[in-house]
Amino acid sequence: MDLLFLMAVCGALTFLLRFSFIAGNRFLPQSPGLQHVLRYVPPAVLAALIAPEIFAHNGTLSLALDNIRLWAALVAMAAAYLTRHVLATIAAGMAALWCLQALFPG
Amino acid sequence: MNSVSDDSLVPGARAEFLAGVRAEMPLLLGIVPFGLIFGVLGLAAGLPGWAVMAMSVIVLGGSSQIVFVQLWGAAAPFLVIGTTVGVVNLRHLLYSASMAPYLDSLPWRWKWLLSYLLTDEAYMVAIQRFRDGPATAHRHWYLLGTGLTLLAGWFGSTVVGVWVGQAIPASWSLDFSIALTFIALLVMSVRRKSEICAALASGAAALVLQPLPHKLWILAAAAIGMLVGLITYRWWGEGRTER
Repeated sequence: MDLLFLMAVCGALTFLLRFSFIAGNRFLPQSPGLQHVLRYVPPAVLAALIAPEIFAHNGTLSLALDNIRLWAALVAMAAAYLTRHVLATIAAGMAALWCLQALFPG
Repeated sequence: MNSVSDDSLVPGARAEFLAGVRAEMPLLLGIVPFGLIFGVLGLAAGLPGWAVMAMSVIVLGGSSQIVFVQLWGAAAPFLVIGTTVGVVNLRHLLYSASMAPYLDSLPWRWKWLLSYLLTDEAYMVAIQRFRDGPATAHRHWYLLGTGLTLLAGWFGSTVVGVWVGQAIPASWSLDFSIALTFIALLVMSVRRKSEICAALASGAAALVLQPLPHKLWILAAAAIGMLVGLITYRWWGEGRTER
């Protein structure tokens, strides 16, 4: 029951974060300036979530060129840029990662 | 008979909903492996199967759920687990603020429902439609479509992950699929040079700030990225060249 309680608290907390400004929009300044700032939410948050997955996998920072996740990510970026398709991007990135893992085991 | 006359040029509720579903579907290729991994991780951390599955509906936040089960497995105090989940999900404040003006005129039941469904992937897809698409009366159905599709894919793959148990070898690197999903969203959504600068700055900051406790680096890096985006926007005067 402790577990269920903790899950409920975490769920409520997450919901409240998502509900916050949707519920309280009138407390936000209704200016074009704010919308201009918020335009940078998607690129900034996405990059913050992506970078550690590539460079800090397993908790250790690896900026060297022998980091195969870096190359797989670059393949995925190229696929996204050229095809504009999500499916093609994920497939190309996973395929690249698997090929590199097979070529350079360990 | 006396139904509301529907302007055939304006997409109706059904069309918007289905467009949202269609736009979200390809992302499931990246979400489903992540859900499988979460199911397996949850069991490995000692949680009962029902709790792992229920968490995908109750919390509905991939990375925060993984943090939850890791900390639970390490027997962390409740306060630490709750705080960390909260901080990992702080970025949703930004999604909420960014989505708020588009949902302002909706009844409360819609605000409750769409807030619950405002995950990373549902938001990232829907905000592009809200910002760049026509301001029609039924556009909130688009977010309902992306949100429910994400929920179904995430919950379904968690159930399968719990069911197949230990059968997914770590060497498959399926955890990388979520990063690839975000890469697809990032590359396809940036238009301005200043947005690329925001992304580069935020990514670099996320690496430098890794030592911050409770994964505070997510929000800190995003804030730095947004600031750099604004500065470079002014620097290049992008507002004058583009409208």
